[in-house]
Amino acid sequence: MSQYAQSSDAAALVSTSPPRRARRKFNVMSIVGTTPMILTAVGVFVICIIFSFIWSFTNSKLFPNFNFVGMDQYNRLWASDRWRISVGNVFLFGVCSLVANMVFGYLLAVFMDQRIKQEDLFRSIFLYPFAMSLVVTGLVWQWMFDPNLGIQSAVRQLGWTDFQFAPLTNQATAIYGVVLGGVWNGVGVTMAILLAGLRGVDAEIWKAAKIDGIPAWRTYLFIVLPMMKGALLTAFILQCTGVVRVFDIVIAMTQGGPGVATQMPAIYVIQHITDRVNVGQGMAAACTMLLPVLAVIVLQGVLQWNAKRKKEKAI
Amino acid sequence: MTSEALSPATTGASGAVEPRGAKPKKLTIGRVGVYAFLVIAALFFLMPLWVMIVTSLKGLPEIRLGQLFNLPAQVTFEPWLKAWDTACTGRDCNGLKPGFMNSLKITLLSVPVSIVVAMINGYALSFWKYKGSDLLFGILIFGAFVPYQVVIYPLIIGLSKVGLFATLPGIVIVHTIFGMPILTLLFRNFFASLPPELFKAARVDGAGFWQIFFQIMLPMSVPIAIVAVILQTTGIWNDFLFGTVFAGRENMPMTVQLNNIVTTTTGVREYNVNMAATILTAAVPLAVYFISGKWFVRGIAAGAVKG
Repeated sequence: MSQYAQSSDAAALVSTSPPRRARRKFNVMSIVGTTPMILTAVGVFVICIIFSFIWSFTNSKLFPNFNFVGMDQYNRLWASDRWRISVGNVFLFGVCSLVANMVFGYLLAVFMDQRIKQEDLFRSIFLYPFAMSLVVTGLVWQWMFDPNLGIQSAVRQLGWTDFQFAPLTNQATAIYGVVLGGVWNGVGVTMAILLAGLRGVDAEIWKAAKIDGIPAWRTYLFIVLPMMKGALLTAFILQCTGVVRVFDIVIAMTQGGPGVATQMPAIYVIQHITDRVNVGQGMAAACTMLLPVLAVIVLQGVLQWNAKRKKEKAI
Repeated sequence: MTSEALSPATTGASGAVEPRGAKPKKLTIGRVGVYAFLVIAALFFLMPLWVMIVTSLKGLPEIRLGQLFNLPAQVTFEPWLKAWDTACTGRDCNGLKPGFMNSLKITLLSVPVSIVVAMINGYALSFWKYKGSDLLFGILIFGAFVPYQVVIYPLIIGLSKVGLFATLPGIVIVHTIFGMPILTLLFRNFFASLPPELFKAARVDGAGFWQIFFQIMLPMSVPIAIVAVILQTTGIWNDFLFGTVFAGRENMPMTVQLNNIVTTTTGVREYNVNMAATILTAAVPLAVYFISGKWFVRGIAAGAVKG
């Protein structure tokens, strides 16, 4: 079969058709070679999502069925305190993580950019947490946050006897403990991306700023920062996908507790399709998780389309 | 959606470029401040590693003193042996060994499979486009941003229909599927950056799809394949969600077993054993990180979306 495809293509090329058309020519091997991609794109990212969507309108329990119950699952979802708290938690977690990650990441990048000695050593230190899984990250920080034997007790033994630092045991602060663990794990990546962005800024900008007598910190904040949109966007998108999916680190650190203080949508879904044996409810929650992603993609599409139209009009 | 947004940082992330920040003067207060900030930050990043190591080398009575940061007064390797050999998950007391072997099997199979598949995808998407191939790629990139929870359950049903749920081939397929978006993007960008004359010349000589792939493209893509190997090895070893859902009891990876050992212990919590187990689980990706050095940085910058 491959020989057939080859010879017919070669024939088409040798004959009158220009190379560009030959390249566009239908090639069987290209389809055969990308079969896994076709199966994944269509089978997983289209058909599976459609099935999730359909089952979210049924009363499926342990196994999926097709007894449609309309919007019942969605009504029940938003009536559930557990879900509403999960959504609130993921927003709080997301905003805190994103802000801490971007601010701390940019600070590290700026300090790394000062022609320091041992840059590679510092880079290795800031990045190594990312090589460790979020489960490992969660378990280590859980241990350090231990109220009786962790950081709190170590500092108290130094003489500061009413020192308080055990965020995971308190409903009001548990989520910030998870944020700290997550930022420790991921901020090195933000630093690496932003540092690459900083180094990509034209050197002339620095000379110009210096001649104008603008202090370095203002140059970094008001001139260079707006110039590295690409790197900022990359780091930002990366953190966002991490936030929507947040699962491993919470399971390892708090299992969603104390109470429901660190319960997250991703955990809600997994719990409903496993322990709670309520597939319909789980699918309704999963499809709701997809909404913000779809909204961003549609927004992006509209913006691109608009920019294209403006360009065409300008011409 | 992101291929444009990603590419500038991807190409520049090797870190080989000269620093361009404010020029350093002699030792001023500012310089001291810079180093002070970096050293304090470095201590913050190293603290958990330090705590893990010293805790794992202490006996339980010493841990109960609550001196988290102190060096062990008496070094013991017993927790390490126990974590590896006899720590309990529920009723099984075989330590992390089986989890390590499972993770090894899963990683050794999933890494080559997912990379070969993605390499062919990227090659076809760059040189052998067909009607709809760009749409498929678009769907794949969309897949990089989809919360996994939306596809997990139908995938469970699908895999159990064909008898692959909770099997080793099943978990390999799952890793191949979810690694595909970012790896395909990686390879497509790489092949698209090659000079098109290379491909055209081979076509004129009459070479076909597989011939060009094996004789020209495969040897050329070694550097990008190394990045992909690093990305996938750490990613798959560190996976927790897919391991919990798809691997089943027989193939439970190390991360899942670690979490079970630490969170389900009944009776006395053996913090030293837990920390030894944690280090053992982190050892493989850490080794990959320290051996690969700058390649790792390139890999995460390229594959960061996978998160």
